[in-house]
Amino acid sequence: MDARRPPRAVIDPKVRTVGFFTPPDPIQFDSNSLSPVMIPPPCHSSENLDLHSPPSVTPPSGDESVSVTGSYNGSSSELFPAPMSPALSQKIVAGDGGVGGGIVASSFPRGGGVPVCKLTTVSVVNTDSFAFDERDKPNKGGGSSMEVKDQAMNSKQKNEKSSKAERRALQEAQRAAKAAAKAEGNKATGTVTSGNLKSAKATKPPQKVDNTSVAASEKKGVDRPSEKDRKKDVPHPRMQYDDKSRVEKAKRRAVVNHTESRNRVELFRHLPQYEHGSQLPDLEAKFFQLEPVHPSVYKVGLQYLSGDISGGNARCIAMLQAFQDAIKDYTVPPEKTLVRDLTAKISSYVSFLIECRPLSISMGNAIRFLKSQIAKLPLTLSESESKTSLQSDIERFIYEKIILADKVIVEHAVTKIRDGDVLLTYGSSSAVEMILLRAHELGKQFQVVVVDSRPSLKGKLLLRRLVEKGLTCTYTHINAVSFIMHEVTRVFLGASSVLSNGTVYSGVGTASVAMVAHAFHVPVIVCCEAFKFHERVQLDSICSNELGDPDVISKVSGRGDVNHLDAWANAENLQLLNLIYDATPSDYVSIIVTDYGMIPPTSVPVVVREYSREQVWI
Amino acid sequence: MPDVHTLVNEFLNQLKKRKIEGSQATAKQAAELLRSVISQQRLPQTHQATALISAVRAVGEKLIAANPVELAVGNIVRRVLHIIREEDLSLATAAIDGLELSAVSDDEDDVERDDYPVLSAAAVAAAARSTLRPPSLQTLLEDTPISAAIPHTSSSGGDSEGKSRSVDKSSRGRKLKHDVIEAVNELIQDISTCYEQIAEQAVEHIHQNEVILTLGSSKTVLEFLCAAKEKKRSFKVFVAEGAPRYQGHLLAKELAARGLQTTVITDSAVFAMISRVNMVIVGAHAVMANGGVIAPVGLNMVALAAQRHAVPFVVLAGSHKLCPLYPHNPEVLLNELRSPSELLDFGEFSDCMDSASGGSLHVVNPTFDYVPPKLVSLFITDTGGHNPSYMYRLIADYYSADDLVVKRRPATTS
Repeated sequence: MDARRPPRAVIDPKVRTVGFFTPPDPIQFDSNSLSPVMIPPPCHSSENLDLHSPPSVTPPSGDESVSVTGSYNGSSSELFPAPMSPALSQKIVAGDGGVGGGIVASSFPRGGGVPVCKLTTVSVVNTDSFAFDERDKPNKGGGSSMEVKDQAMNSKQKNEKSSKAERRALQEAQRAAKAAAKAEGNKATGTVTSGNLKSAKATKPPQKVDNTSVAASEKKGVDRPSEKDRKKDVPHPRMQYDDKSRVEKAKRRAVVNHTESRNRVELFRHLPQYEHGSQLPDLEAKFFQLEPVHPSVYKVGLQYLSGDISGGNARCIAMLQAFQDAIKDYTVPPEKTLVRDLTAKISSYVSFLIECRPLSISMGNAIRFLKSQIAKLPLTLSESESKTSLQSDIERFIYEKIILADKVIVEHAVTKIRDGDVLLTYGSSSAVEMILLRAHELGKQFQVVVVDSRPSLKGKLLLRRLVEKGLTCTYTHINAVSFIMHEVTRVFLGASSVLSNGTVYSGVGTASVAMVAHAFHVPVIVCCEAFKFHERVQLDSICSNELGDPDVISKVSGRGDVNHLDAWANAENLQLLNLIYDATPSDYVSIIVTDYGMIPPTSVPVVVREYSREQVWI
Repeated sequence: MPDVHTLVNEFLNQLKKRKIEGSQATAKQAAELLRSVISQQRLPQTHQATALISAVRAVGEKLIAANPVELAVGNIVRRVLHIIREEDLSLATAAIDGLELSAVSDDEDDVERDDYPVLSAAAVAAAARSTLRPPSLQTLLEDTPISAAIPHTSSSGGDSEGKSRSVDKSSRGRKLKHDVIEAVNELIQDISTCYEQIAEQAVEHIHQNEVILTLGSSKTVLEFLCAAKEKKRSFKVFVAEGAPRYQGHLLAKELAARGLQTTVITDSAVFAMISRVNMVIVGAHAVMANGGVIAPVGLNMVALAAQRHAVPFVVLAGSHKLCPLYPHNPEVLLNELRSPSELLDFGEFSDCMDSASGGSLHVVNPTFDYVPPKLVSLFITDTGGHNPSYMYRLIADYYSADDLVVKRRPATTS
């Protein structure tokens, strides 16, 4: 691998194009142009080939092609949602390269199938290098495979710039991979991760022989932690809506006709904001044109759009159940494989849902889980078996990660409520509600202060449910929180997500409540299921947020006298801003109650890390 | 007299029913009422100042009791009392001067003598407030004997200067009343123009491309921002709506109409937005002597957020909002709970209660917030910018020490 680098560093891309123009590969060209986003090089390096070459060399049955593509999906989509950005696909390369430079190929669409024979020699060389020393041997093999990659890229890429960027990313990834491999080679025994890698190595020779994607997926699972670490260097591929060209592209793809709202707030141009009310009728009208969207997904999307389903858990469960329905009704189209086609299908559903309302972080996590489950499906399973297995996976996710987690959280948090307490909660959090009801069931004597804020006024609904159950409640609005805070002994807050720097990402206003509680020295207890944790970090509420419908700000429900802003859209200097989330700094949070127990905000990254590993092993 | 009584009762009713909105309107009306009280008050031959003071005090006490939370009323009552004391003092000094004068030139007609002391009294009063008063050890030392001497001279002065008083008793009575009314008129003028004086300072505090956050609505803030806009500063304003009253909507509309780039945000988004704000400018309900602020509800939250992000928190307050009292537990004692229907419809409320099984429901809707002095970066009053720690001294310029507690002494004695 070391040998690979010098030529890359020295040789200009154009020179390389010329040099390796000789093996023109129409098939590769086709396969590559298939998806413009995924441009991993067509090289078949060692490992993948070793996995798949025997079948492809031997008279291939229909099974074989399945296995190959399956493993492709296994490596890529397990880790990332399907609409992969170039950066992500690079990461795959990087991650796998860490062990053996090889899986590069496996992340390449259809790469495994067709050009195998041509590159067999290369792969053989690579195998050696992989198994023992990556520094010396792969001069030839590694180099040539790289060149093939480049050539493929160049032949396929219309966009010179992006290919360049990608190559740079690739190069860096490989460098990182090399470093990792070196480190690994150096220490025979070491940290857990390196141990894992070692075992991965050890399991490889058998893999070569038996060629089951189970082994492959296992190997990938083992790889995961090191990949994750590297992944963090890569910027998150969130769509930035101030990037005109990308917005244009997205618009062309969009199912729903969005009308950009007028009078947008300058600070938030990077977030999407659409004229509310234009989407719903449009979507309804398009129902029959939108064949690819499963009816129950469609229904959930509309419910998101109209706000009928809100709240992190409810949205997540609704989405998963819709996917369950969709999977139940799904049949593999002829000449397609379940794993690939279903992943694509789910991705299209997800992008439909995003158009209805941007995903919450917890939903992103759930989707990631589902995709990894799809990718990990053993190839030996029949269609119906894999469908039932997926459905039960979803079922289990809902049960274990949401319902059971909530139960655990309730049990933990109830211990923090004592007789005579005055508990303050903000907005409406399902976890907090369960805690309060449970404490009431246990016969604890306490009062609840429900703080609410415009425009959602979800606290009213919570208040109603609590009063119905016989709790003693006080209701007030967020401005009065410093008035009421004198009497409060604990603050219970829900969260949409907890980010790995300890920031609590939650409904707008949570930060203010936590701040006032902190100023009054009242402990702040955040209740959040671990599946909502995310490795992202955020310092403010502006870089990433969701914009709600600005019209609801101008109208105050039940107050006909407040109508000064009725014609706000016509005033050119006037904007209305309806933020949905805000970020609570971690120093305002005393404790986070999660299904792993009660932890300080500084321990969030640990949970994120452990959790992601566990998720892989499920 | 009955005329004044009806006026007073009318105003009392308005105060009790909270019909008068805003401390500026209240202050102005209170001052006007006290002016008519003074003008209707029949003065005895001696102890005129004392008579005036007790009359004003009697009315003022009722006014304060009618709405103890509206501190502006108490402020105005104290200001008027202070004016009376000052005018009496200046008259007394002028009388002494006049005595010497009359001793020198015995024959002067009444009219001329009437005019001359009026001017001098006004001049002395103005001078006392502006030039003589700047804090110095001398004035501090002078202050105590004088204030102690006032009742002395007015009560026992009759014996020592009896003959000179008896000479121009009637003219002095008229003079005192006239001077006091003049000064009260000035006060009313001050109250109605305090915006302009505050707004004049806007350019010194707002720079180009500044981002300003405010909450709720205040006429002072509106004028302040517009004054800066008129001076060709371009800046952006975030307006938090100010929850139960939503006056922020009104302010935003006005600002946008005057060409300022305005963004309305919900109150809950204040923390999210404050990191991009350069300055918080708000109005106040009252400023206490310790530099604490009684402000529209929600401002304590804004002040805390501003402190967290090191954003200057600037309070605009006209001088009629400066209250000479020190607050004790102001969140509760200087607060007022408004109707719960602003938060929860009566329909919704009864729905909740119908379904309630043993639980109970309170709705809390306070009007004011107390912002402690440590959270305030600057006060801008009509006399300039001041630190919170300086407010007690500024307040001493407007009120005489006797009136601070004296306000309640009759209540306790009677």
